Amino acid sequence: MKNAAAPIRVMMTKLGLDGHDRGVKIVARVLRDAGIDVIYAGLHRSPEEVVTAAIQEDVDVLGVSLLSGAHMPLFGRVLDLLKERNALHITVVGGGLMPDEDVAKLKEMGVADIMRQDSTPEQIVATIRRVVAERSDA
Amino acid sequence: MDLVPGVLRGETVPIARLLSCAEAADDASRPALARIFEHTGKAHVVGITGVPGSGKSTLTAVLAEEFANSGRKVGIIAVDPSSPFSGGSILGDRIRMADIAMNPNVFIRSMATRGAMGGLSRGCLDAVDILDAAGFDIILIETVGVGQDEIEIVQAAHTVIVASAPGLGDEIQAIKAGILEIADIHIVTKCDRSDSNRTILELKGMLKMGDLTKFVEGWEPKVIGTSSLRREGFEELAATIDRHRSYLETSGEIVKRRRKISETRMLKIAESLVRKRFYEERLGSISELCGQMERKKIAPDAAARQLLARINGE
Repeated sequence: MKNAAAPIRVMMTKLGLDGHDRGVKIVARVLRDAGIDVIYAGLHRSPEEVVTAAIQEDVDVLGVSLLSGAHMPLFGRVLDLLKERNALHITVVGGGLMPDEDVAKLKEMGVADIMRQDSTPEQIVATIRRVVAERSDA
Repeated sequence: MDLVPGVLRGETVPIARLLSCAEAADDASRPALARIFEHTGKAHVVGITGVPGSGKSTLTAVLAEEFANSGRKVGIIAVDPSSPFSGGSILGDRIRMADIAMNPNVFIRSMATRGAMGGLSRGCLDAVDILDAAGFDIILIETVGVGQDEIEIVQAAHTVIVASAPGLGDEIQAIKAGILEIADIHIVTKCDRSDSNRTILELKGMLKMGDLTKFVEGWEPKVIGTSSLRREGFEELAATIDRHRSYLETSGEIVKRRRKISETRMLKIAESLVRKRFYEERLGSISELCGQMERKKIAPDAAARQLLARINGE
């Protein structure tokens, strides 16, 4: 579906009871400066709201920032909803503070990648481009 | 995958995916968009414009809810600017619309301007078609925050709303030419603020002057105060939009507006095709003529005419 004329579309959001949005805003700005369209959907969102918005916006990547520790149930719910609504063409990427073993589990569940606090802006942009390219190849 | 049947049935995923194709404006999606075009013409298109921070996004959301609660399907196209440097964007209108995001009668789509002057990209007009064909009764286009004379929305909408916020200027601002002249309906937002009455009076004063000279015939632009915070004024606003729609239909004005929209769309596409051809095939000519201009051998006007003549000559 992607051609060169269309910028990558990424939705950035925060799920649940987590008001720490400095990180997600910086990531949004980094992606903008890399020529990506970023739909900023705000914080305190529910998985239902985020999935509804991501489908309407037809984003390539749904980027979820989570610093609350509730990543396992919340990501699980997002992935279930995407499947339920026939929207597995949307790639989920996570960001935030999470233990190594959870990162491994989340990837098994279907999260394409997790970027943690030590990710550099270059790595973030490269990861987004990579997961979109992998998706288009599939 | 053929997305058109799903769009015509009003299904979310095909609508969203075809909107992406329209935004990309790729050749592959042209046949689908042409089929969609045959099914358009039922929706009422409302353009909402105003300076940055005047409350467009918030009022768009409350207005959409007002229509949706009366059982109508509302499509929203919210436009924010693209970066002139990276081409990327941060589309943040959606966060002002959280209250209606889950309403089954409302569909919200964010779009970037892609450098289009006046804030309307070609994809935006194709997006209106898709939402129209998908059965949305009302389509609200929320433009980028505009300056004083970006009035392109007039050539894309049936009803134009200009949002003004209190505290941004005096009556001299209100009698200047430009954006304030294009409104079918003026909204003064943030009417929970004490200085809003003054803004309403100044706008009404400006419109009165238009009356005196009798230049305005038919529909007299209305001034409505709203407070998105207290959800006040929206019943009146929705009713006024409906009245404007019936005015357009009974007066025959709708025919003129439709013609204007057709013309704008065609010319806009032609313009972008010409621009693309210049860049793809005439880079040599462009750089040669630029060189001559920099050496003061040729004036900009003459250079432009030569460039066009070269294309026509081939």
